[in-house]
Amino acid sequence: MTKTKGNTHLSGATLIKSPTGITGLDEVTGGGLPKGRPTLIAGSAGSGKTVFAMEFLVNGVTKFNETGVFVSFEEPVEDLTKNFASLGYNLNRFSDNKKMIIDYIHIERSEIEVTGEYDLEGLFVRLGHMVDSIGAKRIVLDTIESLFGALPNEGILRAEIRRLFRWLKLKGLTAIITGEKGDGMITRHGLEEYVSDCVIFLDHLVFEQVATRRLRIIKYRGSSHGTNEYPFLIDKTGISVLPVTSLELIHKATSERISTGIPRLDTMFEGKGYYRGSSILVSGTAGTGKSSVAAKFAESACQRGERCLYLAFEESESQIIRNMRSIGINLEPWVKKGLLKFHASRPTFCGLEMHLVQIHNLVSSFNPSVVIFDPITTMMSIGSDNTVKSMLTRLLDYLKMKKLVTTLFTNLSHNEDLEKTTMAVSSLMDTWILLRDIEIGGERNRGLYVLKARGIGHSNQIREFLLTKEGIDVRDVYLGQDKVLTGSARLAQEAEEKAEGLIRRQETQWKQRELERKRETIESQIKVLRSQYESEEEELRISIHQAKLIEETISRATREMAKSRKADVIKPAKRK
Amino acid sequence: MGTEDKKRKAGSKTKALKATAKTHGTAEVKLPKEIWDLMLYVAGQTPKSLTAFANLKKICEKHLEGKYRLEVIDLLKNPQLARGDQILAIPTLVRKLPEPIKKIIGDLSNMERVLVGLDLRPAD
Repeated sequence: MTKTKGNTHLSGATLIKSPTGITGLDEVTGGGLPKGRPTLIAGSAGSGKTVFAMEFLVNGVTKFNETGVFVSFEEPVEDLTKNFASLGYNLNRFSDNKKMIIDYIHIERSEIEVTGEYDLEGLFVRLGHMVDSIGAKRIVLDTIESLFGALPNEGILRAEIRRLFRWLKLKGLTAIITGEKGDGMITRHGLEEYVSDCVIFLDHLVFEQVATRRLRIIKYRGSSHGTNEYPFLIDKTGISVLPVTSLELIHKATSERISTGIPRLDTMFEGKGYYRGSSILVSGTAGTGKSSVAAKFAESACQRGERCLYLAFEESESQIIRNMRSIGINLEPWVKKGLLKFHASRPTFCGLEMHLVQIHNLVSSFNPSVVIFDPITTMMSIGSDNTVKSMLTRLLDYLKMKKLVTTLFTNLSHNEDLEKTTMAVSSLMDTWILLRDIEIGGERNRGLYVLKARGIGHSNQIREFLLTKEGIDVRDVYLGQDKVLTGSARLAQEAEEKAEGLIRRQETQWKQRELERKRETIESQIKVLRSQYESEEEELRISIHQAKLIEETISRATREMAKSRKADVIKPAKRK
Repeated sequence: MGTEDKKRKAGSKTKALKATAKTHGTAEVKLPKEIWDLMLYVAGQTPKSLTAFANLKKICEKHLEGKYRLEVIDLLKNPQLARGDQILAIPTLVRKLPEPIKKIIGDLSNMERVLVGLDLRPAD
């Protein structure tokens, strides 16, 4: 951390830095460019050197109250002003306010004849005059290399350029020198040899016809810095550099829960829904309703009054709104209220990193609490598995670290490898909902289950997932007789069971009636028998009585007769 | 650049102006339409500037006798003037007239090249 070069105006042991105000760059450089020293920005044509340099100056004026001088060796002032107007910078305003001077230094080689020794004192005088007139703290020389084409006698030129950098340091100017990329060298004319403090390299990487801008800090003397290649983006808001993947996992975790937007799905997560700030993956085969789950989640966020950013990579905004309306989700009012923001773009429109930067910018400007990424699969078309994964890691890092944003990703998977997400991103996800087709009885139905949910005691059951005009519904599937049935099969099975039950009930009733009837029959038979018996008994009794009467009559007659005959008394015992 | 130089080079300016005034007068009297308008940009009284001035005077008196106007501009005194003629190198001789504009940088020690640069060679 010690200064290697004598630097008269800097006191103190640590390097003082001059913030660039460029999103991300100050993080990567640990605070900005070395203050009071020149920084070389090298890169090929169109890599964004000029924009970079200009943004450094403009931010100096607008954010850090440091005036600046922009010396262009390539473009006339009017062209520069016009070009930067498209980036939203009104350079004229700065020059009118004496906050910034833009100058065009131009040498026509054909006009010039060299006739002996010379030096570049004229340039020094010009620069010195501009710097002094507004008290500039920052200066840009874009690109001083043009001098090599304009002036002969390289020996003198090199000596003078070396002197120029010394002079810049002496003046205490934080300078950006741009340089064209050279063959096997950082710059075509070896400017890096004079600028020893900080060298930043800008590059264009083209992967499968998709270009990504990248930035790398080649050296930064006296300071630690990120050494990776960082993607950056130039858009309407200027330059944004994508900050580093955080090396540590130190996101804050909250135990706050937010609804999934689908009541029955909430109940699968202990009745409370997802964790705020977690990442959710909804994967499934084509047409299983991934986007619908996402849209429902978006809607519920908006209903809570939270902002939601919907990143659509397959459908346009109006298409999504129309399609969701068909299942009873009306997103349009939320868009109008400004709570829901769509960002629809083709994945192939720009590189992965560019998407990432775009998302970064959107998130930082819109400040959503829910981000939906639909679907991540399309990103595969512009990057390999690894790059997509690293992009998502970075995105999640960013979203989790800074804003506690809940992110929902949808992922199209194929039947064979349903549980092996295409990009092996599942490990990054806290919650994973799987939607799958269940094919029974000549139809496909949607089944939903929670594959994992970190920190949530979730239901292990498969539910049937229904998309109807009234909205999304999650229902229990038919479980029984070793079968899981959904859709009409479930309905049929249920109907069948109902019928069977009815029959069984009827049978029982019939049997009961039968029994009753039998009892009744038997009882009536018993009655008949009894009455028969009674009548027989009566008859018998009468005949017995008659018999007795006859006997009595006979015995009396016998006695009468004996009496009349005067016979011996016969013992009645004889009469048996 | 060092500001302490500024005081010193005031002399060179006055000297230059004297030369201008002198040649100016004669040129206008003799050939008003064929005026050579020359400007020599310097930054302080450096050896290179002095050499250039001396060389230039020699050339002018030899080839442009009576039809030139020479102005010496010290950028240390008038730094804002460097912008107009796109001056970077010091010393720079600018031929404003006759057109087209020509710039000759260096101490003008290579006489041949100065003459070529000023389009004076064919006249010889």
